Amino acid sequence: MNTATVKLSAPVKESSHERTKAVWNYKNNAYLLLKILLTVSGFIVAIAVNIFFPQKAAVEIKDYVLNIFGLNISLTMNDAYIFLLAALAVFYLAAGLRSWGDKDSRKKYSKNAAFRFALGIALAVWDIGGTKLQLFAQPFFPGPAQVAEAYLADGEYVLQNTLYSLRLYAAGFSCGVLLGVGTGILIGWFPKVYYWVFPILKITGVVPAVAWMPFALTLLPNSFTAAVFLIVICAWFQIAFLTAQGIQSTPKQSYEAARILGSNSADLIFHVAIPHAMPDIFTGITSANAMAFTTLVMSEMLGQPGGLGYYINQSKVWSAYYKVLAAIVIMAVLFSLINHIIGRIQKHTLRWQEGVVKK
Amino acid sequence: MSSSINISQVDRIYTDTDGKTVQALKNVDLDIRAGEFISLIGPSGCGKTTLLRLIAGLDKPQSGTLSIDGRRITGVDPERGYVFQQGSLFPWLDIEHNIAYGLRARGQLKQKKAGISEYISMVGLDGFEKSYPHQISGGMAQRVAIARALINEPKALLLDEPMGALDSFTRADLQDKLLELWKGKGTTMILVTHDIDEAIYLSDRIVIMTPRPGKISRVIEVDLPRPRHRGGVEFLAMRKEILELFELAQAQPQPEYNI
Ligand SMILES: Nc1ncnc2c1ncn2[C@@H]1O[C@H](COP(=O)(O)OP(=O)(O)O)[C@@H](O)[C@H]1O
Ligand SMILES: [Mg+2]
Repeated sequence: MNTATVKLSAPVKESSHERTKAVWNYKNNAYLLLKILLTVSGFIVAIAVNIFFPQKAAVEIKDYVLNIFGLNISLTMNDAYIFLLAALAVFYLAAGLRSWGDKDSRKKYSKNAAFRFALGIALAVWDIGGTKLQLFAQPFFPGPAQVAEAYLADGEYVLQNTLYSLRLYAAGFSCGVLLGVGTGILIGWFPKVYYWVFPILKITGVVPAVAWMPFALTLLPNSFTAAVFLIVICAWFQIAFLTAQGIQSTPKQSYEAARILGSNSADLIFHVAIPHAMPDIFTGITSANAMAFTTLVMSEMLGQPGGLGYYINQSKVWSAYYKVLAAIVIMAVLFSLINHIIGRIQKHTLRWQEGVVKK
Repeated sequence: MSSSINISQVDRIYTDTDGKTVQALKNVDLDIRAGEFISLIGPSGCGKTTLLRLIAGLDKPQSGTLSIDGRRITGVDPERGYVFQQGSLFPWLDIEHNIAYGLRARGQLKQKKAGISEYISMVGLDGFEKSYPHQISGGMAQRVAIARALINEPKALLLDEPMGALDSFTRADLQDKLLELWKGKGTTMILVTHDIDEAIYLSDRIVIMTPRPGKISRVIEVDLPRPRHRGGVEFLAMRKEILELFELAQAQPQPEYNI
């Protein structure tokens, strides 16, 4: 009996001991705080380098006078660069604090800390090599502050071109998704439509949309609609293809179960076939999205009066590679944001799959 | 709230893509009384599923007729509920919406919304309303399938080996649930199973089928008092009787072949 008590009490002791001993991982507040500091410190280092590292190379540092809310503010490229770095630091600081209450976000944030720190350090190194010492061939490899200078020099123009791209993308991609899902459902549901349309889709689908550009530019009333057309067809075919596949792979038993429960044909399409096809539809949308970006930028570079692709082309003519980089940075941020939004919508729509599909 | 079903002279021949034919059912005659609990048992391939699908209206016979309460069966109808062997839940709907599917499809969701939770409790799934099919066990999924069929208040419930994929504890549990529902609703029950104990435990009558070609070889009246005891003397005697019938059926020479 005595031994039994000892045996029983032993694990209790151990667990209480464990409770007092702090776990050193993302669950620990001090650990997370340290990760936040690490993340932010990279950008602080980059700011410090920009301020305190002497400007050795002969780089002209212009003053740009910006009118902000009626105030004339004079800024240099270094001010703009520091402002962006500070914005990043504040953004990540806020993200870190926001993750405080959520286990998954804490884990993710902690995991990303080292990379984000390295990003700040890389910017600092690039700043030294690119602008401060100008070790690389000019004008091909400007420093980060020079890239930021593009936003000072061309701010409004860059914004205009960004909005132009966004408008093109929104018009083209939303039409492409609607047409793609619509035709995909028809092809998947009606064998006659499948017979006549699917082969056309299969053959034309492999042709990159930009190949049609000469026709689009001559046959459509203006270059904007021509580019919209190209984005539409690149999204359309891909999405229709996968939607049709998703509709067709609906198990017979699902239809039978629905029919016995009282579904009519319309019900079978909208409450069985389409929900079943949803994962495929989203696969189509995400891959079409990547192609739509490509088509967007290519058609802008080849025949648009605006857009980020057009801006890149124009800057290249003047050998203003820092502007090219500035446009690329905007694309990276913008397209990531769009991907992120689509990912969110997908995750919400397909929440019934959570845990079934491995990420 | 129950129906009698009449099956007479039913033949069902499948032709596969190579043109080979399989006589899945030959000359099947069966009268099912209103409110009866009937089991179809027999080795796999003897046409149990085929017969159940014909009663459901999912399939048509080459010859012969099936009728319910005197009306010819020509297609599916929610008055005949069906529970598939497994995996027939809609994975994109949570448990509550799976169960309510029939109400929505038949435009009765508004009037009968309040009744949904009753069906969820009936099969003991309170608290799982918002779970998705992949998050629940096989036994729970079959209970959802049963509740989903029952919410349409069918006059007959057709069950195709609904417990085939379950472990024996879950199975016994679900059998009792099924009996309870049957007693409460009085629905005619037609259960396909390959488990003799299950058939004896549940049924008023057991229909024994044999394959190649699929046909009814015997119909046994189970007149044991309910509730039945799986270990009871009479229960075991009946089990032995049925087993012997099967051995006999298998030992018999089979002079009939299809060409
Ligand atoms: N759709 C089909 N096409 C061709 N043959 C089939 C089809 N369905 C069933 N069969 C055949 O009919 C016979 C009876 O099948 P089934 O009714 O599923 O038997 P059980 O349910 O008793 O196992 C089997 O030989 C099976 O191979
Ligand atoms: Mg079967």
